Amino acid sequence: MSSNIENAEYQTQKEGHKDILLQTQDLSLVSGGRTLISNITLDVSAGEIVTVIGPNGAGKTTLLRLLLGLITPNAGIVFKKPKLRIGYLPQKIHVDPILPLSVSRIMNITGNYSSIQINNALEETGVVSLKEKPIFQLSGGEFQRVMLARALLRSPELLVLDEPVQGVDYMGESELYKLISNLRTRHGCGVLMVSHDLHVVMASTDRVMCLNQHICCEGQPQDVSRHPEYLKLFGLDSGSALAVYSHHHDHTHHISGTLLEDGP
Amino acid sequence: MMILDDFFWRAVIAGVGVAVVAGPLGCFVVWRRMSYLGDTMAHSSLLGVALGYYLEVNIMLGVFAVAFIVAILLFLFQRQKQLANDAILSTLSHASLALGVLMISLMFWVRLDLIAYLFGDILAVSLVDLYWIYGGGFLILLILFVFWRPLLAITFDHELAQAEGIHVVKVELLFMLLIAVVIALSIKIIGILLVTSLLIIPVSAARRFSKTPEQMALLATLIGMVSVGLGLSASLQIDTPSGPSIVIVAVMFFFAANILPQKK
Repeated sequence: MSSNIENAEYQTQKEGHKDILLQTQDLSLVSGGRTLISNITLDVSAGEIVTVIGPNGAGKTTLLRLLLGLITPNAGIVFKKPKLRIGYLPQKIHVDPILPLSVSRIMNITGNYSSIQINNALEETGVVSLKEKPIFQLSGGEFQRVMLARALLRSPELLVLDEPVQGVDYMGESELYKLISNLRTRHGCGVLMVSHDLHVVMASTDRVMCLNQHICCEGQPQDVSRHPEYLKLFGLDSGSALAVYSHHHDHTHHISGTLLEDGP
Repeated sequence: MMILDDFFWRAVIAGVGVAVVAGPLGCFVVWRRMSYLGDTMAHSSLLGVALGYYLEVNIMLGVFAVAFIVAILLFLFQRQKQLANDAILSTLSHASLALGVLMISLMFWVRLDLIAYLFGDILAVSLVDLYWIYGGGFLILLILFVFWRPLLAITFDHELAQAEGIHVVKVELLFMLLIAVVIALSIKIIGILLVTSLLIIPVSAARRFSKTPEQMALLATLIGMVSVGLGLSASLQIDTPSGPSIVIVAVMFFFAANILPQKK
């Protein structure tokens, strides 16, 4: 492990009651003369969902890899709660059909878990019926649910999810975010995830960080969605107010679909 | 032992020993899409043969040393990420092949049958070779057994494996070492130009009938063993080089396996 990444003395006292799982200070990474990550200071506490959004090439995945200790920063420090158990879901994994792996086999690929534990985890993410299916036959959504179940097996205190809805259809996206939010409530774990779409992730996130090498703006999702830096970064500022997906509900639907007067 | 005095049986025993190791190891070569790495290491073995003659040591030792050096060079080049993988592989492959031919032609005091090394020769296996093959083969199987799970994990996704505590570089280097050993062990039977075929073809033939990685490894081993047996018999009967004879039998298995109608 690198010397910059220390597990020691993470600062609980600073934030008072919050149980901080992971914290960084002025994290920077320069590679080949290009600044990939610059002066990132962030923290994630137990029970909260923090989402990092940013355009392609903003350094979202690089940031996660730094936090996980897969690469070493040029400057700055990563503090982790001692013996922090992390469940990681990397960006879309490509599984070649040449490799005969079933779902249940994937669950055991780095650890030894009993059949009961595996069933429970798959049950939680709603894919227990796929247990014996070959991995390469799964749809995008099914695969991500299997990978989430896999991460749960480690009874994680922190879930690190890199674009968890990649390859998932639009309906599946919000369901998957709902599932992630439920898992957070049930297990009390912190969640740090990367997304490219603020509006889909908005409902199930507590804090948003807008990343473009450095943190442009951060805060509650509603505030970030109106922040000029955010609008600029996603090219939503150039007068075309209509392009902004302003989501003002002026009516609501009954669960059956009929229109109700006077929304909340 | 009488049977070991007969050149044909020595070749069969050697070939079967090689096939037993090539089955499971070849699976990883195929799963990880590294067959060109195998080819490059194999082509470098002519330099190893020359070196063996020059230093008057066992050919297998020379082949192993050169193949492993090539693997390390490749590993270092890949980390630079400046050149495409196939370009590096091709450069190393041809450089070592050319160097090997140059060295052999300069050693005017050595008369060696190039064809025998390029395509294998059943007359070439000595009793000492058998000890090497079975000693080395046993070692490879032992290491594979111990590292089976981490190898499978990095084959599935190396980022995830690394995040979950597997020392990816160590496992990666160990894997290259194993390939270098198996190439060195099989060079006399199969020949330099065809040596990777025993790693690739039986595995490709086994895929359709396997539901787990372990089944695939066992089946590949079996197909390899039968190919060696039948191929060497044919080689003895019709007086053909041993390598191509074995390869043709294996390829017949491959076609039979992939032409058979799919069960729905």
